[in-house]
Amino acid sequence: MSNHKKIPNLNAPDISHSNDNTVEISRRTALKTIGASAGALAGMGAGAGALSGLIGSAHASDEPIRIGFQVHRTGIGAAYGRWYDRTTEAVVKKINSEGGINGRPIEIIAEDDGTDPKRGAEVVEKFATKHNCDVAFGTLFSHVVFGSAPRAGELAIPYFVVSEGHHVASGKLNRYTLQPGITDVKSQVEAMAPFINENLGKKVTMIFPDFAFGHDHRDYFTQAFEAVGGQVLEKIAIPPTETSFSKYFPKIPRETEVIYHVMVGPAVLTFVKELGEFFGPSRPEIFGFIDSLEAVDLASPGLEFLDGTYFWEGNPRYAQEGQSEFDKAYREAVGVDENGASISDAKDVSTYAHMFGCWETLHVVKAGMEASDYSGPADRQKLIEAVEAMTEMPHSLEHPQGAKLFNGKTHQVFGHQYISKMTDGKLVLAHTTSIEDTLYEDEVDYTSMSF
Amino acid sequence: MEFGPHLFIASLEGAITAAVLALTAVGLSIVFGIMRVVNVAHGEFFMLGAVLAWWITSLIAGHPALGFGVALVAAPIVVGAIAVLCNRLVLNKINYEPERTIVATIGLLYVIQQTTLMTFGPEARPVEAPFNKRIALPWFEFGESGFALTWPWGLSTTTYKLAVIVAAILILLILWLVLTRTKIGLIMRATQLDSEMAQAHGIAVNKVYAMVFGLGAALAALGAVLVVPIQQAHYLMGGDPLLLSFIVVIIGGLGSVLGTVVAAVLIGMSDGIISVFFTPTLAKILATLLVAFVLIFKPDGLFGRRRE
Repeated sequence: MSNHKKIPNLNAPDISHSNDNTVEISRRTALKTIGASAGALAGMGAGAGALSGLIGSAHASDEPIRIGFQVHRTGIGAAYGRWYDRTTEAVVKKINSEGGINGRPIEIIAEDDGTDPKRGAEVVEKFATKHNCDVAFGTLFSHVVFGSAPRAGELAIPYFVVSEGHHVASGKLNRYTLQPGITDVKSQVEAMAPFINENLGKKVTMIFPDFAFGHDHRDYFTQAFEAVGGQVLEKIAIPPTETSFSKYFPKIPRETEVIYHVMVGPAVLTFVKELGEFFGPSRPEIFGFIDSLEAVDLASPGLEFLDGTYFWEGNPRYAQEGQSEFDKAYREAVGVDENGASISDAKDVSTYAHMFGCWETLHVVKAGMEASDYSGPADRQKLIEAVEAMTEMPHSLEHPQGAKLFNGKTHQVFGHQYISKMTDGKLVLAHTTSIEDTLYEDEVDYTSMSF
Repeated sequence: MEFGPHLFIASLEGAITAAVLALTAVGLSIVFGIMRVVNVAHGEFFMLGAVLAWWITSLIAGHPALGFGVALVAAPIVVGAIAVLCNRLVLNKINYEPERTIVATIGLLYVIQQTTLMTFGPEARPVEAPFNKRIALPWFEFGESGFALTWPWGLSTTTYKLAVIVAAILILLILWLVLTRTKIGLIMRATQLDSEMAQAHGIAVNKVYAMVFGLGAALAALGAVLVVPIQQAHYLMGGDPLLLSFIVVIIGGLGSVLGTVVAAVLIGMSDGIISVFFTPTLAKILATLLVAFVLIFKPDGLFGRRRE
């Protein structure tokens, strides 16, 4: 029981100093000087008392905690990979400047998996056997997770994915695979279905990529939408490597009231542009997952028709009115401006709706390692048990996307979802769902499985 | 969508695929026909054309047509020059031996692809079309009031897509005139028929080879520049054109330009139509199956001349 109470305690020092130091420079200098004492404070909160915390960091050597980062540098996930990389770099810098984990700095060992399941499994193997990593982390594309997770289970290395796929909570993976930093498709679409039904229309045509992630959308949205009285007229699957899309659109039935689109891969901009060309001036309502335009500049020519359409966003790309101080600090740390683009290049648009998952996941890893007094690979099982014991994660600098609720049995986190409306070329937040809207019944209990 | 308009839009999409495919495949075909080189790196020359088009258009400010116009001329020339260099540094050194050229061009494929990845990066990048206006297309029907024109939902194309089809036809016509009506064309055909005899008659076969290899790559690049405003430049985009070009060249008859064009139209149109009504995967399955049948029953292709 004591485990999950630790999280708020751990967060406390960080929140207070980010409150105190809103100016950039003073915040940074403060981070440096506070660093050591923050580590000690964290230790005090984590252990049964200050003493055990100090002993914990005393016997831990300066040897870094090695985190294997499976990154999509090339292949169809490259745009996400670039930003997952930057976010990870930023969060590691933050944690290390605050004293690291149990007094040890984090070292990231990044390996490109080419957004390929087979290479994904090889990368996980290298982390475990060659690089002596403590944990593996960071995978996004669901087919790569599917390809890699079994190997992580066999090699008994904790595998923290940042993927959105429902595969973790579905029970198809194993005790070593956890998704504590980003919500899954099933919970997202369950929260979207009532909104679409009430505000946009009752007859939907779905367009989605033809692999595990798209199939999650197809299956769980259809289920959720029919449950609220809507109807899915047509389900159009598109291979994720497709480059031209006009030929798929004639399958959209004439009586369609709402287009539901979610697309990934390098050709997403073409996809959305051709969708606009297909409909011309007489489009139906359109509801998209921002995946269809992640890393794409919304001011690109041909996207004007999206004005007035709605998007699911994991985390609002544009800084909204009443932006939280946590989002502000997180944005600044990662190097993203108020339009969701890189500070150094306004055309380099981030994958803002997803990449917060890296930031939050590494904070969960830190909290888990501190709670389990993690000292090396022998403590991997203790680490997993410590994460499984977590429940509430309050809105904080550690969780800038919003408050979360972790389900240790299904290894999946739940959180708020955002619906934005495209207004004058920007995404303006229109609706925020509650965490309760996204919950569903457990399909697995990983904690009952042996290690 | 109703069957009629649906078929119409499928044919339009197919025609664009066919137009670009014809350019790319003709490039592969003349390289094989004249040099007997199976160029596995052909798709990468296509990709280079698209990537260069992005690079050139991003350098030139002002109206998108300006940058695109420059790219349309410059990208094929640069890619052609790169191909000539590859020919000089690699193919020439191994005497165009069939087995070795296949392995060598596989090597070229990876060198070009990875160099692009390291410089241009893994992102897909858009190129703005010089002009792009949506045209709603009418459809006719015989209703109660007799013959009537309607504008069905979604039945549309863009001016740029139509321009790609027209441009491809023009380029192929020019190529055909060059091959059949000019001295360069004559020399190329002579080299194709018998390179040793051509050399005996004073034709510098090595120079012809260099020119042909450059021309083949430039045609692929030209196809890519035309299609990149519709698709986007990406370092992995060379795979599909390579596969389809091989399919087309085998069906049309290795080395036959006319056969290649006919096969490109056949494969492009069927790809468009089958993709729309069934699935794109089925379209690829059928095309590959067709290759198998052609190889079994007409090994020289539909338009290929039997060689001794």
